Amino acid sequence: MAAYSIHVNGETKKIDVASDTPLLWVLRDSLGLVGTKYGCGIAQCGACTVHLNGTAVRSCSLPISAIGASKVTTIEGLSKEGDHPVQQAWQEVDVPQCGYCQAGQIMSAAALLTKNPSPSEDQIATAMNGNICRCGTYHRIKEAVVLASSKMK
Amino acid sequence: METLTKTSRRDFLKLGLTAGGGLVLSFNWSDSLARITHAGDEAAVNVDFNSYLSISPDDVITIFSPNPELGQNIKTSFPMVVAEELDADWKKVNVVQAALDVKKYDRQLTGGSGAVPHSWERLRKAGATARQMLMEAAAKKWNVSASSLTASNGFVIHADGRKLSYGALAADAAGIPVPTEVKLKNPKDFKLIGTAVPNVDNKEMVTGKPLYGLDFYREGMLHAMIQRPPAFGTKIKSVNAAAAKALPGIVDVVTFKNNVAIVGKSTWEIMKARRVLKVEYEKEGNIESTTDHDKLFKELLDKPEATVRRQDGDVVAAFKNAATVIKREYQCPFLSHAPMEPMNFFAHVKADSVELVGPTQTPDRARNATAQLLGISPDKVTVELTRLGGGFGRRLQADYVVEAAELSKLINAPVKVTWSREDDMMGGSYRPAVRYRFEAALDAKGSMTGYKLRGVGINAGNSTREDNFPSGAVDNLLIESIDHQSPITTGAWRAPITNFLAFAEQAFLDEVALAAKKDPVQFRLELLDKAKQSPVGAIRYDIDRTKSVINLVAEKSGWGKKKNLAQGFSVYFSHRSYVAQVAEVEMVSGNPVLKKIYAASDCGIVINLSGARQQVMGGIVDGLGHALYGQVTFKEGAAEQHNFNNYRLIRYNEVPEVEVHFVDNGIDPTGLGEPALPPTGGAVANAIFKATGKRLYNQPFILQEEMKGVKLGLKM
Repeated sequence: MAAYSIHVNGETKKIDVASDTPLLWVLRDSLGLVGTKYGCGIAQCGACTVHLNGTAVRSCSLPISAIGASKVTTIEGLSKEGDHPVQQAWQEVDVPQCGYCQAGQIMSAAALLTKNPSPSEDQIATAMNGNICRCGTYHRIKEAVVLASSKMK
Repeated sequence: METLTKTSRRDFLKLGLTAGGGLVLSFNWSDSLARITHAGDEAAVNVDFNSYLSISPDDVITIFSPNPELGQNIKTSFPMVVAEELDADWKKVNVVQAALDVKKYDRQLTGGSGAVPHSWERLRKAGATARQMLMEAAAKKWNVSASSLTASNGFVIHADGRKLSYGALAADAAGIPVPTEVKLKNPKDFKLIGTAVPNVDNKEMVTGKPLYGLDFYREGMLHAMIQRPPAFGTKIKSVNAAAAKALPGIVDVVTFKNNVAIVGKSTWEIMKARRVLKVEYEKEGNIESTTDHDKLFKELLDKPEATVRRQDGDVVAAFKNAATVIKREYQCPFLSHAPMEPMNFFAHVKADSVELVGPTQTPDRARNATAQLLGISPDKVTVELTRLGGGFGRRLQADYVVEAAELSKLINAPVKVTWSREDDMMGGSYRPAVRYRFEAALDAKGSMTGYKLRGVGINAGNSTREDNFPSGAVDNLLIESIDHQSPITTGAWRAPITNFLAFAEQAFLDEVALAAKKDPVQFRLELLDKAKQSPVGAIRYDIDRTKSVINLVAEKSGWGKKKNLAQGFSVYFSHRSYVAQVAEVEMVSGNPVLKKIYAASDCGIVINLSGARQQVMGGIVDGLGHALYGQVTFKEGAAEQHNFNNYRLIRYNEVPEVEVHFVDNGIDPTGLGEPALPPTGGAVANAIFKATGKRLYNQPFILQEEMKGVKLGLKM
């Protein structure tokens, strides 16, 4: 066990966990931030996607010891009121079915649009291909990313 | 605190009148039980009109949704039906997921695309009854006849313009006798039903609120993971847990039945401890491999005896006299349900009660199975429903609930059992593997005079649907099945049996139509006409509804009119609804590219257009993805696919455009959770054939010999 201090959603959090503990389980078990989901544990499904200094990363495969001073943003911290353009677009398009993967989808989309507010279809596909939706809401994910892009311009 | 008492109507009214504002008054509309709920110091009186509906003085309409929500959108569509008949203001509706309550609710489960068809009238009456009581309360108050009043958007309105909100009338309405007969709306007058209403949990889902079973945490709760036998047909021989127990955060390692549970303080600590847990296994039953099943299937298809599911006319003579005989075989592998949220459940077995919380499609089954295991009465067990991160049939089973309860009892503590993705994929239960043999006899004119189907499966039960199309349309017909009992656990997987049978049948009929020198759509329409004019035996499907989806998809897709596109057709009836699909493939640089799928569905009245459209699109993506990629194979009893790195699911950039249409016929809803999935594999395979001349007989498509040298293009 070791003491860590990490920056999550604009706050400093102190935790005492084993150095190989994935960020995912720190968020969920230690910090109560359960919006970040466990889906596969091997960075294949994208349900655990968070931002590390604004870049989309898979928190299930990122040990706490590797975080350092980086800024972690989870779905809970994407916006104060839940009104990030991507979150708005997701509701307007009515994307979710079961909804379990959607926090990860939104985090991937938000990271893409922050860097590239007007992505091409291929750029959207590259960004979203790492996130599996078992319900098959991909058409609406595409529509929502395009809508969010128009809101961010 | 609440008490449930069988009081008479008179007692109820007395209680209500004398107890004053400190009570919440309610009664159960379905069985006339009075329910008195003390609401503490609150002065406000909420009126529970029935099991589904409660109205507060400040006009909040709370609608309870009893059935588990797993992405079929029931938590939005059920309340819409109540709100429609109530003439409520949807903006003021607050939807609450009800816990399991067998006294209040009927068929509180998610499966078989059956919730809406089952509850449609019940939900409408729940809303209409309350509406009538509110109108009568207003009539009494204004001393006018109820017929001079109307209700709209949460208000009762007098012809002279006076109006009172439902919240203002609720307390008075509670004193109105519950009507035994109530007039339901003419569907033509629906205002909310048929519109696109966003999911009621959207905001919570997009902001990461704790909704799912895995999100359930409670102070003092322990975490556990269970190691189950890695191969079907094996049992525990010995357990050495010393190293695991010595690790930080590990509370206990408990062996029960064939399970070794690691109990600890956090998920990661128990995941790590599993790596040093040493368990030896030994043979207990048959150890089977996929290669064994492949051989077995061929033997069973040639076996003289089988279970006869249906027999019409004289099949032997029909095939003897045939001008042409077509005989084909189709095989599908086991599939994992792979819901995105792995299996999990919270259980707390206490001295005199059991608390269960988590994602289940069948809370009542979970409750009864737990009670039976623990030897207690089911009414000692409560089940609280979380949202389900997918189900696809896996969560119809109660194994993972009972296991959590058993562990809680053994360790005498509240515990959440979490399955890893590997546990989920390797531990069953799977869509059964099946092989089919179809045979058709054609006469010289190209009419189908004989039809045979034999289905052989691994724990598949009856792998046929003997009274579905084309039964009824063929004079001489034989449908049989043989089931092999295996230690590999199987279970219902979204659109059970039909999720693969539909592909096999629709691909086969495409070949038969070609052999009969008929257009595939025309061929089916002719068979349906024959079934209508001179039906043979029992017919489970509605001929006119089948024809209506065929005609609609043909019209919308421009069937047979597109020069540069290869179209493949498929139609299937499953559960109670009808879906026809046309897939379009374009040849690009010598390779087929799947461009688009058209779907025409008849599920009766569409309740929520947004949810229904997505249900069809999602069903098509599900059907396509598994037809292309899905398979679990076994080597000596162990699944060879462990996680999404070698169990491939369809991704964002692999879905074609989908165009969704519904038949508008005013029939009461017949369900849509599953019916859009079965037709997809057949439509796609038939389009690939049209484009390339290559027939697909087995799934997953991409691993078949026929696809060698063919690069199937998929592009969103």
